[in-house]
Amino acid sequence: MTYIPHTDAERAEMLAAIGVQKMEDLFRDVPERVRFPSLNLPAAISEMEVMWELQNISDANAHVGEFPCFLGAGAYHHYVPTTVDYVLSRGEFYTAYTPYQPEISQGTLQALFEYQSMMCALTGMEVSNASHYDGATSAAEGVMMAAAVSRGARRKVVISPAVHPQYRQVIRTYTQGMQLDIVGDETLRAQAEIPDLVRLLDDKTAALVIQNPNFFGQMEDVAGLADQVHAVGALLVVVADPISLAMFTPPGAYGADIVCGEGQPLGIPLSYGGPYLGYFTSRKALVRQMAGRIVGETVDVDDRRGYVLTLSTREQHIRREKATSNICSNQGLMALAAAVYMSTMGKCGLRTVAELCYHKSHYAAERIDALRGYVVDQSKPFFKEFVVKCPTRVKRVNRHLLKKWGIIGGYDLGQDYAHLKNHMLLAVTEMNRKDEIDALVEALKELSPKPKKAAKKTAPKKVKAASKRRAR
Amino acid sequence: MTQEPLVYEISAPGRCGVEMPEPDVPLAKLPEGMLRDDLPLPELAQVDVVRHYLRLSQLNYSVDQGFYPLGSCTMKYNPKVNEQAARLPGFVLTHPHQDLETVQGNLVLMWALQEFLKEISGFAAVSLQPAAGAHGELAGILIIRAYHHSRGDVRRTKILIPDSAHGTNPASTTMAGYTTVAVKSDARGNVDLDALKAACDDTVAGIMITNPNTLGLFDEHIEQANNLVHDCGGLVYGDGANLNALLGVVRPGDLGFDVMHFNLHKTFSTPHGGGGPGSGPVGVTEELARFLPGPIAAIDEEADEDELLVKLVMPENSIGRVKSFYGNFGILVRAYTYIRVHGPQGLRRVAEHAVLNANYLQARLKATYPIPHADRVCMHEFVAQGIIEGSDARALDIAKRLIDYDFHPPTNYFPLIVPEALMIEPTETESKQTLDRFVEAMEKIAQEAKESPQLLHDAPHIAPTRRLDEVKAAKQLVLCATFPQD
Repeated sequence: MTYIPHTDAERAEMLAAIGVQKMEDLFRDVPERVRFPSLNLPAAISEMEVMWELQNISDANAHVGEFPCFLGAGAYHHYVPTTVDYVLSRGEFYTAYTPYQPEISQGTLQALFEYQSMMCALTGMEVSNASHYDGATSAAEGVMMAAAVSRGARRKVVISPAVHPQYRQVIRTYTQGMQLDIVGDETLRAQAEIPDLVRLLDDKTAALVIQNPNFFGQMEDVAGLADQVHAVGALLVVVADPISLAMFTPPGAYGADIVCGEGQPLGIPLSYGGPYLGYFTSRKALVRQMAGRIVGETVDVDDRRGYVLTLSTREQHIRREKATSNICSNQGLMALAAAVYMSTMGKCGLRTVAELCYHKSHYAAERIDALRGYVVDQSKPFFKEFVVKCPTRVKRVNRHLLKKWGIIGGYDLGQDYAHLKNHMLLAVTEMNRKDEIDALVEALKELSPKPKKAAKKTAPKKVKAASKRRAR
Repeated sequence: MTQEPLVYEISAPGRCGVEMPEPDVPLAKLPEGMLRDDLPLPELAQVDVVRHYLRLSQLNYSVDQGFYPLGSCTMKYNPKVNEQAARLPGFVLTHPHQDLETVQGNLVLMWALQEFLKEISGFAAVSLQPAAGAHGELAGILIIRAYHHSRGDVRRTKILIPDSAHGTNPASTTMAGYTTVAVKSDARGNVDLDALKAACDDTVAGIMITNPNTLGLFDEHIEQANNLVHDCGGLVYGDGANLNALLGVVRPGDLGFDVMHFNLHKTFSTPHGGGGPGSGPVGVTEELARFLPGPIAAIDEEADEDELLVKLVMPENSIGRVKSFYGNFGILVRAYTYIRVHGPQGLRRVAEHAVLNANYLQARLKATYPIPHADRVCMHEFVAQGIIEGSDARALDIAKRLIDYDFHPPTNYFPLIVPEALMIEPTETESKQTLDRFVEAMEKIAQEAKESPQLLHDAPHIAPTRRLDEVKAAKQLVLCATFPQD
């Protein structure tokens, strides 16, 4: 009876109180023809057997605790301090619902208020909501909000091809019924730069969407950009890696109207792509068009400080078809993770994480660029990811890295950008030790186009060293 | 109870909660003119971080502490084995861009969960990508749109929505570019068939039906309603929020639904997390499978022994991605675990006991509180009214007074069609003792409402805060802490 506490005696008493003979009588409204189907599902197993089964299933995966990993492209292997999962494991947090009853939800509400405050600090913006599903849906909500701000008068959205390809796909999925004209990433050549995008702005444009650092890890030249966007009456939407904002000028300081993106780097594990955290901040003047839950400060009848969900007249449960979005459940627990992460790392720790990423990725880039047959794109400054042109197909490079060296390699850019065949996007974070980076360089060197020089002498040892590292 | 200061108020310059290692590589030159010189984040010792969030947790009410009969939310017990399973390193430390051959465990689990959900619901195909119920709704309505457009049928501009529906239904409809037409309910709480018939024409793209509906009632004419919509060329969307009542009882696919989302965070016991993450997979008929959002997991039937067992594929005419990657994977692991420990008989017992508990509460409370449809058997929940003869206490007062009795209040003022609604969903994981204690509290509150109504107006008395000024919160917006250094 798994999680059902009823005894036979209680069941009988309850049926009698209801006035029915047997359990089946409770389902008389269900058409008899289709009532009580026999489900072809595997038979139940016990708690201990299910853990064996799941251990077995998970053992079929290779994971970043066993293999050095240089994959990024929207999901990053950062250190998660021990405090985060400790707090997330509190039943008081994870088994509560959306805080509709504020008197007994102050824990969730205050934590979300603090999360909002820290996201504003990080992005340089004035208001934040309490989360979206992930970076991609957050960007899609940003586009829809920009269109809503113009009350439908502006139907064009200019988007940089250097915005994450999956984000651009999700934006198109979300807006397919809205008759928006999304340009910039396809109507121009895929290498469109910021000045090319600015030329597309006009008085029908609701927003310019850029990513900074962009999908290729590079810092865009944003000097004067906000003025050019605002000059035509459009909004500047910036997608940004939150770790980068501990170090680089935040979008709020260069005039962004909406800053959104993926909060996963802030203390949330990779977990094969979810659950993650869509963060969303904007200027205060736009808050009434913002989607999602927002926590505000107020007082109780004794004039003591407290927190509530506020501006709910924007939301679906009040406004129904006129709501700013349909979002209801969000990623509240992930916002809590980010709050605990930022509180633990603090001002100093987060900057240190950002700088470690910067130094390690630059060390890796410099060494790889020195290899014969590899060229690192150094056309712009970069943060923790960089583009490498490889001497052969990226698939082959990655196979070599994994099979021979036990290294999870980079992201194949050719799958999204036709002009980037044989180009790989590598991410280096604080989790990559120098010896791992050195092993990566040695491994790549073996594929350099000069066969005579292929160094094989130490390979077997390094495979061992690389694959035997501790789980983290 | 003492209040907890804000994290910024316990910050002191120079503190840090965790030490990071020194760089082990030569330092690169930082780019000039691009760096920020301030970062107004708090600075705390680790012990202060832990105490701060632990104290905050203690200001919450949760399922792990007590009865949480929040209607429409299915606040059942969240099994601890689910949490342990989702935290296995082989799951939690896999990167979503890894080569498929290195994540076969994840893909096998996703494929199996798709199969389980298909079998439970009677649909032909499932995508696990949507991250929440409303997200699944948007995907579902876009699928309906794609279906009509694929047939060159672009006249359809309306989605019908019964007046008892969740607010997400009309909001999702608008996002997908449709207008909403409300359909009223009949005297027995079903969709009014005459009103439905009148609304059905060739401009209707479909209908969104929640069954059991938000009154907790199984629609007595569900098949006729679905047929009416099909006859005018529309499709039927099922809001799966109330699937807990139907596990092993009836498969929505067998009732004529074309599309439905599941709420794994309701029916399949994954925790609500104080507002999320949820998971809202969407299931469809054979005819609609090619429109599903993706990618989804698929067995490679022609694969040789040493090739991949499970692949990720994009359905042929997919509406596209609805989020990055493949869904809230960690939540999928929890739901898989839940289904495995239940098996087919266990799932049916879940539905039976959820319905038993709701009917027991309805039977015991109907003498004290008006329950508009108490003449009918309810499903997993029912709607009472917070109206007590001879008292000016309202649903809100009753809800707040329940807090003093250490219960989470039911959903109040929803559904909109029942004045002073108290929507009560006990779930199957509550014992008779708990339900009896709840009934006693509700009876006592009804008594108090007559004898000392002020006790209710001022409630809660025993809670971390008293009633909060929501008008002030919305008028004098404070949405962000001011930092000490400001």
